[in-house]
Amino acid sequence: MIKTVLAHVVKSGNYKRLWLLLFCNLLNACGQYDDSKLAAKTLLYCSEGSPETFNPQLVTSGTTIDAVSQQIYNRLVKIDPTNGRVVSDIARKVIVSSDAMRYRFYLRKGVEFHTTNYFTPTRTLTSEDVLFTFSRILHQDHPYHDVGGGQYPFFEGIGLSDLIEQIIVVDDLTIEFRLVDPQASFLANMATDFAVILSAEYGEQLQAAENKDQIDTKPIGTGPFKFVQYDRDHHIRYHAHEKYWQTASELQQIIFDITPNNSSRLAKLLTGECDVMGYPTASDVGYLHSKKGIDIVETTSMNVSYWAFNTNVPPFDNANVRKALSYIVDREAIIDAVYFDLAEPANSLVPPTSWAYDNTNYVRPFSLEKAKELLAQEGYEDGFEMDIWAMPVQRVYNPNAGKMAEILQQNLAKINITANIITYDWGTFRKRLAKGEHDSVLIGWLADNSDPDNFYRPLLSCASASSGSNRSGWCNDEFDRNIISALSITDHDTRKAYYQAAEAVLFEHSPLVPIAHAVRHKVHRDYIKQVNINPYGGIDFSKAVKKVK
Amino acid sequence: MFNYVYRKVWLLFFITFAVFTFVFSLNYMFPGDVLSNMTGIGEIPAEEYTELARIYKLDQNVIVQYFYFLIRMFDGNWGQSFTNGTSIFDQVFNALPATIELATFALIYSFIVAIPLGILASSETKPWLDKSILAMSIFGFSMPIFWLALLMILVFSINLGWFPISGRLSLVYDIPTVTGFMIIDILLSDVSYKREALGDAVNHLAIPTFVLAAYPTTVLIRTTRQSMKNVMNTSYVKAARAKGLSHIQVLRRHGLRNGLLPVIQMMGLHFGTLITLAMVTEVIFSWPGVGLWLVDAIHQRDYPAIQGGILAMSGMVFVATILFDVIYMIFDPLARRHGYGKI
Repeated sequence: MIKTVLAHVVKSGNYKRLWLLLFCNLLNACGQYDDSKLAAKTLLYCSEGSPETFNPQLVTSGTTIDAVSQQIYNRLVKIDPTNGRVVSDIARKVIVSSDAMRYRFYLRKGVEFHTTNYFTPTRTLTSEDVLFTFSRILHQDHPYHDVGGGQYPFFEGIGLSDLIEQIIVVDDLTIEFRLVDPQASFLANMATDFAVILSAEYGEQLQAAENKDQIDTKPIGTGPFKFVQYDRDHHIRYHAHEKYWQTASELQQIIFDITPNNSSRLAKLLTGECDVMGYPTASDVGYLHSKKGIDIVETTSMNVSYWAFNTNVPPFDNANVRKALSYIVDREAIIDAVYFDLAEPANSLVPPTSWAYDNTNYVRPFSLEKAKELLAQEGYEDGFEMDIWAMPVQRVYNPNAGKMAEILQQNLAKINITANIITYDWGTFRKRLAKGEHDSVLIGWLADNSDPDNFYRPLLSCASASSGSNRSGWCNDEFDRNIISALSITDHDTRKAYYQAAEAVLFEHSPLVPIAHAVRHKVHRDYIKQVNINPYGGIDFSKAVKKVK
Repeated sequence: MFNYVYRKVWLLFFITFAVFTFVFSLNYMFPGDVLSNMTGIGEIPAEEYTELARIYKLDQNVIVQYFYFLIRMFDGNWGQSFTNGTSIFDQVFNALPATIELATFALIYSFIVAIPLGILASSETKPWLDKSILAMSIFGFSMPIFWLALLMILVFSINLGWFPISGRLSLVYDIPTVTGFMIIDILLSDVSYKREALGDAVNHLAIPTFVLAAYPTTVLIRTTRQSMKNVMNTSYVKAARAKGLSHIQVLRRHGLRNGLLPVIQMMGLHFGTLITLAMVTEVIFSWPGVGLWLVDAIHQRDYPAIQGGILAMSGMVFVATILFDVIYMIFDPLARRHGYGKI
């Protein structure tokens, strides 16, 4: 049988084609990048984990935000990644009252929701959808409030329910938020990846069908992609939203290939099974630089790692001791050994990408002599013993706190201070930290939005000293006055002046020492263009194109 | 012949019985609560415990428990997974086709490659060919499969970028599952990108098939060579030669038919090894078969899943071994005379 087929092929001179066919099939070499093919219109993203839910309101984890937020949903306003300012999204215009207490959003006309096999919208976006979205978070008696656990960590963190006095639907396309207190960072918070707009119509439909949970598992939004399929721990499939209010994506589908193993993710990128890879390790990035066909994009994301002293415990209640210790932080060595050069040394609490950043240096350079001098002045020339708590997990802002602690430990030994490195599992660590059981801690902060307030208030205000997120337990009236004043004004330049004043106070008292701002990487194949890495949040594929040869 | 098959089936029956007994005893040998191990429910609420214990006959003696265990197994109620609460039976039978597909392709590949090579190597007129083929086969035989797999990945996937390294089909293609066999499913499917998907599936098969086939191929080359040597030295082959038949004619009419018999038998014997190697291959290439599934279950200490995996894997090996025996018997009339089964 096989013989006769072969004989036929050979006789008809078709054998060349037969080999070609076999070869093509085996090697993927011929005509694979023909534009008509599905593979050329599919973007594959290797992500590092499964999303917890498909509703970003409910979470703070970066994995979920990456997978969901920018793909399925839109926000009222968004952050322009180039300068960090708030720009329009589905609200075409926002009018803010001069006292920063009333925000009126004018929505775009004809913003279409997704049509899927589980939902067909009958109307476009109206203010009712916005009201539905925020009522779910604000009103405990809202039918959807308790769906998916009833926890809205981001909004609880910024105190949204105490902040909003009322939401007024002016007309179909106009909605106004009235605040209790003036808050200039309100718009920045509305622009975060958490403040997505859901469909009220879908909500009603599910409520009628008594299937409310589905709103978070089979999402409907207005974003560039619509949900098709989710296979837990395996993949997520999105198709392009063909009626997207902006230019619809050139891609037909995007797929999140969930690959938790770092080296598998790297291998998949190299074999082209992934077009874009999330969260490469620092050493991978070094290796990938030598590879052809791979583009590496780096952005300093909105983060900082710092060394905080517990100002309630002697000798750290003495500002001069804190200052002395801030001289022993060798940023160069730390960036080299801990970040593999993938970070910038910090010279203020906010990173250079923030608009509140100015070029003034608010940190002390590495100098053992000055440290010794200051300590001697305070009577500590024989040193003392202290603890450095190193966080046990790897985070963007600090890939290896243990190693960082070791570098500090060595430098401390040179000024006669014996340092013990202490670590617990992450849960216990945070609990004990909040109780203030530490001497000093190596930890960091990743901002949720572009507003500099997101650095100063949660980390160093008096309010956060009592709630526990202020790891120094430091409370300074002058500092607080500056950051509160900065909140009540909308003008950026005036606010910046306040933040500079606050930074100067911070420098003088040194309750914490900013160490570095880590650089975030996205690596992708060179035929993928315009993948947007937002320094404040999730990855955005809405404009991505796959241009294959 | 009937007698032979009958004996084989009896053998199958007893082995299955032994495996079931072993799997049942695992319920008691695994750490943790017996009822939890049987049902797959990690934390059984106190109020449901007695009721569940009654259903699973834990209030009766072990013999009764075992009897009901057998009934449940044959009903397809294999309990649920500790980790995700889904039916083990469904999981096993969803994963099984992928393993069978991979093993089948590997076997076909090794037959196609090994038999011609084995025959070539058996030729006494060309000792250099014999030596080089043998050397190659020893090389393949002694190379650890996981190492071979990693080498192949490094050269052909990572450096050359020719082949993908994980899964059965790129996630790009959404092929509805009908039979569970990827190639068949693609051919059955009604999608516009059928050809594209087929090419992709073949691409995904290439390296895992080659890697998995490495061991059986080398075994087959050596068996074929030896057995062909024996056959070609027998007097009936010499007689055929003397009659004036050409080399090809001798090979076709007398050599192959007799020479390949031990090869079939050998294949049956090595099927168990093949399945073990398939597990290794599946783990390396993230091939979503029973092997990968079972290894995951072991990592997660998912005891009900481990039991299900043992049943499925051992079942597969028995059935295949006995199948090869029966095929051997069909081809070899002498085997029928022995009349007893062996495994």
